[in-house]
Amino acid sequence: MIDIKTYGEFKTSWCPGCGNHDVLVAVKEALADQGILPHQFVMVSGIGQAAKIVHYLKCNGFNGLHGRALSPAQAIKLAHPEMTVLVESGDGCTYGEGGNHFLAAIRRNVNITLIVHDNQIYGLTKGQSSPTTMTGHVTKNNPLGVVDQPFNPVAVAVAMRAGFVARTFSGFHEHAVQTIVQAMRHPGFALVDMHSPCISFNKVNTFAWYKARCKEVSHDPKDWATAMTVAQTFGEEIPIGVLFREERPSKDTMLPQCADGALYRKAVDMAAVKRCMLAYA
Amino acid sequence: MPRNRRAWATKELSVHKELHLIMGGEAGQGLDTVSGLLGKAVVRSGRHLLAAQHVMSRVRGGHNNFRLRIGARPVQGPPDSFHLLAAMSRESVDLHKDKLKEPGIILADAAWELPVLPGMVAIPFAELASRPVFRNVALLGVLGAMLGLEASLFEEQLEEQFRAKGDEIVSSNLRVLAAAMKWAAENAPSLPLPESAGASGMLSMDGNQAVVLGALAAGVRFCGYYPMSPATSIAEGLVQAAVEMGVVVEQAEDEIAAANMALGAAYAGARSIVPTSGGGFALMTEAVSLAGVSETPVVFVVVQRPGPATGLATRTEQADLDLVLHAGHGEFPRAILAPATLEDCFYLTHKAFDLAEKSQGPVFVLSDQYLASAVRSVAPFELDGLPSVAGPDLKDSDPENYRRYNWAKPVSPRRIPGHGQSLVLVDSHEHNEAGHIIEDGGTRVRMQDKRLAKMGVLLSEVLPPEFSGDEEPDLLLVGWGSTCEVLREVTARLRASGVKAACLCFTQVWPLIPETFMPHLEAARTVVTVEGNSTAQFAGLLRKTTGFHIHDTVLRYDGRTLTAGFVMERLQPILEAL
Repeated sequence: MIDIKTYGEFKTSWCPGCGNHDVLVAVKEALADQGILPHQFVMVSGIGQAAKIVHYLKCNGFNGLHGRALSPAQAIKLAHPEMTVLVESGDGCTYGEGGNHFLAAIRRNVNITLIVHDNQIYGLTKGQSSPTTMTGHVTKNNPLGVVDQPFNPVAVAVAMRAGFVARTFSGFHEHAVQTIVQAMRHPGFALVDMHSPCISFNKVNTFAWYKARCKEVSHDPKDWATAMTVAQTFGEEIPIGVLFREERPSKDTMLPQCADGALYRKAVDMAAVKRCMLAYA
Repeated sequence: MPRNRRAWATKELSVHKELHLIMGGEAGQGLDTVSGLLGKAVVRSGRHLLAAQHVMSRVRGGHNNFRLRIGARPVQGPPDSFHLLAAMSRESVDLHKDKLKEPGIILADAAWELPVLPGMVAIPFAELASRPVFRNVALLGVLGAMLGLEASLFEEQLEEQFRAKGDEIVSSNLRVLAAAMKWAAENAPSLPLPESAGASGMLSMDGNQAVVLGALAAGVRFCGYYPMSPATSIAEGLVQAAVEMGVVVEQAEDEIAAANMALGAAYAGARSIVPTSGGGFALMTEAVSLAGVSETPVVFVVVQRPGPATGLATRTEQADLDLVLHAGHGEFPRAILAPATLEDCFYLTHKAFDLAEKSQGPVFVLSDQYLASAVRSVAPFELDGLPSVAGPDLKDSDPENYRRYNWAKPVSPRRIPGHGQSLVLVDSHEHNEAGHIIEDGGTRVRMQDKRLAKMGVLLSEVLPPEFSGDEEPDLLLVGWGSTCEVLREVTARLRASGVKAACLCFTQVWPLIPETFMPHLEAARTVVTVEGNSTAQFAGLLRKTTGFHIHDTVLRYDGRTLTAGFVMERLQPILEAL
């Protein structure tokens, strides 16, 4: 067990009481619990309040572009398979701008862990609806209430048989930590949809709202059909925990190019280049 | 720059015997196979070759053509007129018969019962090839016999090509080949090839294949791509070599992901390449900007085709110079290399990886469809003499105090996460030396100045343009990228006809160092840029950089390859006004 102070203590620009603080502590504890030192992992993020987590953690970090966190993260793992790779960003970044990358990452099944700070609102841009905002929710850009149907990330992930699909709530500290640990231990792409309230711009989905609704699941996570049903439950009751789990080889373990570890260590084999060239004779 | 390339590039053309062939027909008739097999046999027999293709964006039907220029000495741009037209469709006869030199030969199908034209040879394809699928091999046999090439030059290749399909297919092809060669020996005129140059061991490949070899020689480890003509074959070439050479090639869900993946891989230490064309590159520009601010080395190969938007998918143009020059928001240094020859495709791609690492940012190879797909003969590249490619800092000294953006020098030591104890933090926001977000003006200015100062690294390695011809010419032709070879040929022709002419060929279009070429511009009476676009983008860049107004332009933007004949025709009014 590592002291969580190993991961540093930084001044943040998050609002006091924001769910992001709890996610940060949960991530630090999950890392400490597994004995992962700062130089042994990379934290990748996009843009948004959640994405600033890279700057509040002593780590290797890649704070890239809005919606794009998954793209560099998967490539980092493929190029450097021995690194632990974590991705954190918000619901707008991951499911809106990055929706296509989210679907592709599930298909690709590279061994990385995606933690989405899901507060059902855009925080950094001050209160617009996000892909997960509930229908009817009155927001800055929807004065008459959101008309669109919300995106259900866990149901989509289960439908695509993502190897590890979990939902948790930042207000349930132990649950959040243990869910992250399990996700990181899963040998493939793992999704943790973490409900983490925005206290400034989302007056509907508050700490109290989630607390009253989040209930641990009881089904066998290997049971896909039940997982499909449970994943679609969201409202008066919000099932949390591991919704679905299925192991298959991850992409980084299936490519022979990645078998010898980090690609940058490989020297140029000029004899092989010559063979390739002379094939054009 | 290796010796043989420079010798090649500055060698003046003299008139020498060449043979020009055109083969036309529908997509799906196997003409590309004939062009490939014939071209390789020609090169194996010691002749020099250029085989350019004009194809439509369809898998079957339409009309495609392949133009072969064969010489005893190195050949340059594609030919304008032909000694022989091999027509696989009736349409091809109508389309190309006026391009024949006098006296020309037309190979046609006897079954078409065309009115007999001078030089027409009616081939009984129905007799020579039992099934339509063998007609291209029958044509190959006829051409081979007419050109006096040994049957063995084709037999070996047919065996290689069809081995995987089984003995029966191989022997059927060999039977058709033999029958066609026998028929041609008895019935078709002979069209002797130029004397063999005796150049043994020459290779034949296209520009994209040379780019792949250049990348492999530079130690490329990651390729992110989304298929788009005419860049796809670069990724496919890397896929072929991926396992043996240790390259991860990822077909991403879109161009945005492809480019962002390449940056992630580069951050993790893998030399990264992103092949694409203008339409795909347009989507990648946010990642170009990210490479700029995060100081991540990455090589983009932009293989141009006509735009705007989807444009002409299988044709050629040089209209993405402005796009590549300005791609990405904000200000940051970049280098743009524009290969003119097959050798350039190899050596400049190799150099691009070195420049990207040395300047820690994006470097571009700006090619085009013509260069990418034209097959040429080439001496093997000098692998032993290649300079080494710069790499990251793997010392991990004093990891506690490591700062990714240490501003003691414009280029900070770049470390690899997980290599030792150093923590590597990169950021798309403006940041401090440690990589953390900042908003104060002082840090912003200092960090921006540090990034811009990396231009010094790029400026210290700029390839000057190559000048050849009369020192104080009446006419100076200026070109960049794939048009350069045509300009060399045109200059030689003009000088042979008594015009004081010269050409200035740029293989690097950014950054520019005016001192390396201004004396040439100022010494010429008339300066004309020759470009494959409609707005003279390079002339504009020269004006913006130097204040020098180019006097006139020759522009081609019909999607077709620039040729010496086209340029000569357009130069006539300019020459008359001299």
